[in-house]
Amino acid sequence: MVSSTSDTVERASAAPQGGQLVRRHSLPVRLWHWLNALSVFILLMSGLMIFNAHPQLYWGQFGANPDHHWLAIFPGHLQIGSLMIPTHGIIAGVTPANGRSVAFAPWLTIPSHYDLADSRKWHFLFAWVLVVPGICFWTWGFARHHFRRDLAPSLQELSPRHLLQDIADHARLRFPTGSAALRFNILQKLAYCGVLFLLLPGAILTGLTMSPGMDAAWPWLLDLFGGRASARSIHFICAMGIALFILVHLVMVVLAGPFNEIRSMITGRYRLPREKGE
Amino acid sequence: MIVNFSRRALIGSITASAGLLTSGCDKITASPQGQSLLGLGETLTYRAQRLITDRQALAVEYGAADMSPVFRANGTSNPGTDAYNAHAANQFADWRLLVDGLVAHPLALSLDQIRRAPHRTQITRHDCVEGWSAIGQWTGLPLGLLLRRAGLSGNARYVVFHCADMLGGRPYYESIDMVDAFHPQTILAWGMNGQALGVAHGAPLRLRVERQLGYKQAKYVMRVQAVDSLAGLYGGKGGYWEDVSGYQWYAGI
Repeated sequence: MVSSTSDTVERASAAPQGGQLVRRHSLPVRLWHWLNALSVFILLMSGLMIFNAHPQLYWGQFGANPDHHWLAIFPGHLQIGSLMIPTHGIIAGVTPANGRSVAFAPWLTIPSHYDLADSRKWHFLFAWVLVVPGICFWTWGFARHHFRRDLAPSLQELSPRHLLQDIADHARLRFPTGSAALRFNILQKLAYCGVLFLLLPGAILTGLTMSPGMDAAWPWLLDLFGGRASARSIHFICAMGIALFILVHLVMVVLAGPFNEIRSMITGRYRLPREKGE
Repeated sequence: MIVNFSRRALIGSITASAGLLTSGCDKITASPQGQSLLGLGETLTYRAQRLITDRQALAVEYGAADMSPVFRANGTSNPGTDAYNAHAANQFADWRLLVDGLVAHPLALSLDQIRRAPHRTQITRHDCVEGWSAIGQWTGLPLGLLLRRAGLSGNARYVVFHCADMLGGRPYYESIDMVDAFHPQTILAWGMNGQALGVAHGAPLRLRVERQLGYKQAKYVMRVQAVDSLAGLYGGKGGYWEDVSGYQWYAGI
């Protein structure tokens, strides 16, 4: 039977049916999501411009041109260890800006022309926009049990069988319907926890480790990451991890129904997907 | 069909958003209001670091085994002016460091006098704003000692370092606040890696202010001036790169 539920909002308590409009995301989640969408994009894009100033990465306490790098982006190719990957000038390469070739092309960077001073200003201003609301969200998430209730994976969910089943469902683009769609599945939980508790704190702490002022005040930062050059490498890896998460996240939003998904992140209300033949 | 359309829409909207974001950010960067908004970040960082960190905290000092095999020379590698060349040819025997401004006793010190004064040796990390770093050993006169000997006035708020090198026709200079000026690791280095400081690294004297980035480590220091404001000096922003390219004056990050 096709459900004829109108747009009235039902509480999620009484096992809502497919087709119903229900509350899904709380206000702190929605606020933090959009603030983060802004700050993370600006941080990623200004960060790529900062990387352009010295497109080589090292491990250890120090690292400069005469030292051994593990990653470098030269015009036309990306070098990881002894591996050379041609980039054909798509993302990395020969795009001249201010008459100088850059590792990351202008359409990916803030500002779009080579300017280390301005990219640092953008990066460090929006670092505050990431960190201050981030700390508030963390505090709220722990205090109101959002993380424990909605994000912590259960042991049963972490069993290889369940994980494989969920991976198979994702691969077939078979998404949960009805009230099951209200809860995050295990791959979502792992992805969100990875960003919340690994990539974002990792990026923030390695960012602080690159500050000579903070290293003097908190020398444990250098011990934690094995030196400033290592911290810079880990910062880059965390940023790439966040970029990958965003890409997959956006693809999933589109596949799951962009209107409904984006509405739920703006108004908090979400229409539960109907069962097949319901 | 729907998926294909959505995929195209997704790629399109990501590219469009990136384009919108970069062009929007470029407009903000170019406007004076935008620049003062962006400058808020530096003020926040400076205030926050001064507030939550120990002002006397020492930069990490490394062991001899941790030093960079090759310490990259950056910026000017030789001022090359006639006056500088004459001093260098003469091992800076007739050269004098001027200490003036808001001090009770202006000084003109020879390199010999500076070398015979108490000195500090430290193996520290040099962090370039571009992202590379190198570890080296520095030996020099603590700046605080020099300022006390010159009778620094209570009205002085900044110490300015005037340099011998020119970049793009403008003289290099830098400045720091009193917290960094009196920090125990802030020295005017005349020795590097156990030898006399070489021309490429800033002979005869180079500032080491260990809790800030490389462009603050002024080379070829000729004159130390105590001031109460940076406004009237050169471009008014307290340093060569600050004036020329808008780099942050506070380079602790």
